Amino acid sequence: MSVLVDRSTRVVTQGITGATGQLHTRLCREYGTQMVAGVTPGRGGTAFEGIPIFDTVDQAVRATGATASVIYVPPAGAADAIMEAADAGLPLVVCITEGVPVLDMVRVKRFLDGRLTRLIGPNCPGIITPGECKIGIMPGYIHKPGRVGVVSRSGTLTYEAVHQLTLLGIGQSTCIGIGGDPIIGTGFVDVLRLFRDDPGTAAVIMIGEIGGSAEEEAAAFIQAEMKKPVVGLIAGQTAPKGKRMGHAGAIIAGGKGTAAEKMAAFRQAGVTLAPSPAELGATMQAVLRKGGLLQ
Amino acid sequence: MNIHEHQGKELLRRYGVAVPDGQACFTVDEAVAAASRLGFPCVVKAQIHAGGRGKAGGVKLVRSVAEVRAAAEALLGKTLVTVQTGPEGRVVRRLLVEQGCAIARELYLGMVVDRASGRVTVMASTEGGVEIEEVAAHAPEKILRETIDPAIGLAPYQARRLAFGLGLAKEQVGKAVGFMAALARCFVETDCSLAEINPLVVLASGDVLALDAKIGFDDNGLFRHPDLRELRDATEEDPRETEAAKHDLSYIALDGNIGCMVNGAGLAMATMDIVKGAGGLPANFLDVGGGASTERVRAAFRILLSDANVRAIFINIFGGILRCDVLAEGVVQAARDEALRVPLVVRMEGTNVDQGKKILADSGLDIITASDMLDGARKAVAAARRP
Repeated sequence: MSVLVDRSTRVVTQGITGATGQLHTRLCREYGTQMVAGVTPGRGGTAFEGIPIFDTVDQAVRATGATASVIYVPPAGAADAIMEAADAGLPLVVCITEGVPVLDMVRVKRFLDGRLTRLIGPNCPGIITPGECKIGIMPGYIHKPGRVGVVSRSGTLTYEAVHQLTLLGIGQSTCIGIGGDPIIGTGFVDVLRLFRDDPGTAAVIMIGEIGGSAEEEAAAFIQAEMKKPVVGLIAGQTAPKGKRMGHAGAIIAGGKGTAAEKMAAFRQAGVTLAPSPAELGATMQAVLRKGGLLQ
Repeated sequence: MNIHEHQGKELLRRYGVAVPDGQACFTVDEAVAAASRLGFPCVVKAQIHAGGRGKAGGVKLVRSVAEVRAAAEALLGKTLVTVQTGPEGRVVRRLLVEQGCAIARELYLGMVVDRASGRVTVMASTEGGVEIEEVAAHAPEKILRETIDPAIGLAPYQARRLAFGLGLAKEQVGKAVGFMAALARCFVETDCSLAEINPLVVLASGDVLALDAKIGFDDNGLFRHPDLRELRDATEEDPRETEAAKHDLSYIALDGNIGCMVNGAGLAMATMDIVKGAGGLPANFLDVGGGASTERVRAAFRILLSDANVRAIFINIFGGILRCDVLAEGVVQAARDEALRVPLVVRMEGTNVDQGKKILADSGLDIITASDMLDGARKAVAAARRP
């Protein structure tokens, strides 16, 4: 069991003729994902390694029955690509692109209002259900099928968590990088709700970072609605105020969005905090043992 | 990207936002000439990328040529320490000379991208001249808010609601509505992340004017505004951060002595945290990014080594897109070229990790390898303590 993606997911790559789009379309297919189509305006009728390319997402969906899209389009065209995918009726759109202007995302969010499309990202590694479907740029081999859901604002820190779990023999149900930008499609609470309702997910690792209040909102949700154990980490305890720490959304602004506030919210919600980023796996292992979920 | 007050006001003027007449000056003579043109009294304002200038003596009211000369001489070249600059302060390299005005009321008007709603929010308050965070903490009921629908823009009724909420007289409301509409249009069209008018003043004449202007732009939107990119003032930025940006590296200088090189912003922050947890202090945040080339890794190395405080370097890489062999190649080349003067601890995991480890081992360089993040942090802290 898993959330959002599985063996049956059929993926169209938007921006398939760029170097990044090609590399990751290939790697995702090698992992076992059904990569059924590509879109690059003006390149319709050609193909990439046997994958048919279309001029529009709409054409690709009608011809191949794609159910999800992954976007590697450069920042200037990324918002438009998201809207095109949503307009084609795709239920899931994953935008990997880093550097999308925040006011473009304001318009995209407005566009998505009332539509059934779920957007993940932008500026994210993507989503993977180990052994079934990988959409994005994460290294596939570190994952292992299992029952721990992973959700994070960071890419490589997610890999770190997954790698630690796998080394301990603990598999993952689905891992989702929601992205490091200030305005993103799917937030922590959305993903936690999916994990709560997924019988295949027994526990969750949630990795937040400084900036904004998404972690506090997630903590409130966990306290009110999560019965499954959650292990948490907040990156950026040593980050100075007022400086953007790589991610456009990782900034302590006006004294708000500090790691200390977020950790306090996690603690209050009953989230088990990992003592360090190197102990995410071990902390989850202990939590699972305590809950009788692991021998 | 932040810009100076005088640049912000010039931009606002172009959008029809009312601002006082004024001129940017880089020398004392320019300031004297500007003041003579504007007429007295006028105001001489130090231009630095930090607030709190008034209280720190960076804003002077002058009534004569002698006074403007004295004020400009005192401010230009002076290191101004305000509540926002930190103890090291900022050197004043330019001034804004502006006509004085008879102020009846001081208000606050700000626009920001609100993360929770995913929209631009307008905030207004009667508490002009006070930092909005302070108002939010002590008198949140005094902050009026309107959320802008991106498909509509700031609607006139929203601007009216704010204007009446601020207690403006009915003959001032129209002016305030025009002011807000112009500011909102400027915000959206130039990809602002912040536009703060504090104070927004009502003059004795009834006119509404931006007495100060703090404008910040979304870096991700700058590609469509080449004219705004020109407004960047490199002297207001850390030279290492500027150098890093040239190589698509994200670098932020900190106070510690352990140089960190990491891929991914979250992992980079986590690495700083774990260094601290292991008893050390990080010298920097540095994200080499997902698609780092050998050349970029070398540039990162140079920047780390240019920090005289650095006593050890900790490289923590989880290879996804960035392959460990590419990283290792860059590290080896950089360590040879840059005369490595400090111990180097490397922790690598992920794509092509075995090839990467082999490249490091075969290099003959004195590299301390670590099995995981915590092990790496401990080894880096121990190495930095070595005499």
